[in-house]
Amino acid sequence: MDSFTRHTGVGMPLRRSNVDTDQIIPAVYLKRVTRTGFEDGLFAAWRTDPSFVLNQPAYAQASVLVAGPDFGTGSSREHAVWALQNYGFKVVVAPRFGDIFRGNSAKAGLLAAQVDDKTVSALWDLMDAEPGTEISIDLVERTVSAGSGVDRVEDSFDIDDYTRWRLLEGLDDIAITLSHGADVDAFERTRPSYMPITTV
Amino acid sequence: MGRTLAEKVWDEHVVRSADGEPDLLYIDLHLVHEVTSPQAFDGLRLAGRPVRRPELTLATEDHNIPTTDLDKPIADLVSRTQVETLRRNCEEFGVNLYPMGDLDQGIVHVVGPQLGLTQPGMTVVCGDSHTSTHGAFGSVAFGIGTSEVEHVLATQTLQQKRPRTMAVNVVGDLPEGSTAKDLVLALITQETTGGGQGYVVEYRGDAIRALSMEARMTICNMSIEWGAKAGLIAPDQTTYDYLEGRPHAPEGADWDAAVAHWDSLVTDDDAVFDREIVLDASTLTPFVTWGTNPGQGAPLSANVPDPASFEDDNERVAAERALEYMGLTAGTPLRDIAVDTVFVGSCTNGRIEDLRVAASLIEGRHVAESTRMLVVPGSVRVRLQAEQEGLDVIFKEAGAEWRGAGCSMCLGMNPDQLTPGERSASTSNRNFEGRQGKGGRTHLVSPQVAVATGVLGHLASPADLPATANA
Repeated sequence: MDSFTRHTGVGMPLRRSNVDTDQIIPAVYLKRVTRTGFEDGLFAAWRTDPSFVLNQPAYAQASVLVAGPDFGTGSSREHAVWALQNYGFKVVVAPRFGDIFRGNSAKAGLLAAQVDDKTVSALWDLMDAEPGTEISIDLVERTVSAGSGVDRVEDSFDIDDYTRWRLLEGLDDIAITLSHGADVDAFERTRPSYMPITTV
Repeated sequence: MGRTLAEKVWDEHVVRSADGEPDLLYIDLHLVHEVTSPQAFDGLRLAGRPVRRPELTLATEDHNIPTTDLDKPIADLVSRTQVETLRRNCEEFGVNLYPMGDLDQGIVHVVGPQLGLTQPGMTVVCGDSHTSTHGAFGSVAFGIGTSEVEHVLATQTLQQKRPRTMAVNVVGDLPEGSTAKDLVLALITQETTGGGQGYVVEYRGDAIRALSMEARMTICNMSIEWGAKAGLIAPDQTTYDYLEGRPHAPEGADWDAAVAHWDSLVTDDDAVFDREIVLDASTLTPFVTWGTNPGQGAPLSANVPDPASFEDDNERVAAERALEYMGLTAGTPLRDIAVDTVFVGSCTNGRIEDLRVAASLIEGRHVAESTRMLVVPGSVRVRLQAEQEGLDVIFKEAGAEWRGAGCSMCLGMNPDQLTPGERSASTSNRNFEGRQGKGGRTHLVSPQVAVATGVLGHLASPADLPATANA
């Protein structure tokens, strides 16, 4: 996984709450067996509407998605994270995320930055006033900022320390866990004999 | 200080814990299906890693599986490739697989409990959010993404932040005519889709104790729909009676040792939950959703709500958008909503008890002319059991379609889909836009409401049905 420290890119406002992972990528797009190529399914149903924000030229290069509360609820499909990444998004900013989506983002290297409602509203207003506005995210300082002068928005965002450290270092979880192999071996020796196995 | 049930199960599985790090949690059972696993097996191959404990891993095919023409290869080539990829991966990595055509194939969350693999006090994961179903046995069970699937395959563990705990205290008894599905739909509307976020919730109270295992699974299944990490119910005699004698349940001295341990899996009297909420079961009536998330629901006796009645800006805008998508007008009685398709099935309500209650209601009646009804058993064994009891004949005589086992129209990855604008009453778990097919409109309901709706052609409860000749 690539490490993540800072990113500045065009923001895209998604003025919706409860954007579930079925909206991020519908089930019919989940049949690929690779980790790439999911950009076609990103917001597939909404994209058929020419006025949908993703279709507007000002946001063609967008890499920071700013959405309403409860982004990424529902299905555990990591394809939702891949679709956003395959399309070019590096960061999603929202007031609250679905738990599994947030976990998947951390594993796949998409930054899920949690801010309060007011910051999201301020970013939306800024982007609507000037489509194409860039948003800066600093994972070292845990800040999100955009605009200048009186319209400047700057706030800190929430992310747990461990996820931040892993993203900053670009670490592979499995390698970290395998380094604790002796602990897993020791634990396995304590498991009761009545625990089931799946083979017959 | 005492501990909650969830804390006890969690503590028993901590392999390693260190300040500032998530716990390393041992996983007792890892269920795998074709959609969320191919990239995980690829990752193992690239890194040259084996599956650490194939005998704690079980795979089945469910999401893509057609429910008709079961003797033919899957017609959708992309679906077929995904299923064949799972077969190759299971062969290469030594994972036990129940493929299409096998007696033990079915929806992963129906198969695990049915085989007796899901037991109290376990940790169960699967690359599927409805893994919360298994919490009905007093296990900590939750859905994970593909990167975590790979992590479990490689290490049999997961790095997990210790969750907070919440008690859902269900007070009063569920009235006659109201079901576990009504209870959980009402709860989600009360708490909204984010209300359970960050918590493992324990469903408690006499109304929960009175439920069968399958009804408990219906409730735990939908824990994720109000954002909870997992939902569980303390094991009791009902749990043991369900488990005993199943193929993978312990036997003899092992059974006694297991039960002795399971008996300890209760929340201590002096344990403190991080949050407690109350739901009054005694006032519950059949409940349905009107919107596009499972928190947008109302009693069947109510009207489609007016978005202006929502104080929260986000909720008001979401309600406006939902009514537009659903083609509904505020103030319309929910009972007046005509339905094109009824779907009985899914990991929420596709078990034998669900099919029994549906069959008993539809016997001597007929599906409305304007409506089609699909009955999709949750597993091959559920299908065979139903056929042995003659339920398939009852459904077919009533004009319903009797299908093969799988996820089917719950998420429309197979050919069972709604067409744009088509409206369903569905016993599944999600009414998201397009969930059951692009442009499809879903109302979540109990099996009882589903059947009454199928017979009358509009949203209805069994109480609305005219008496049958033999009733």
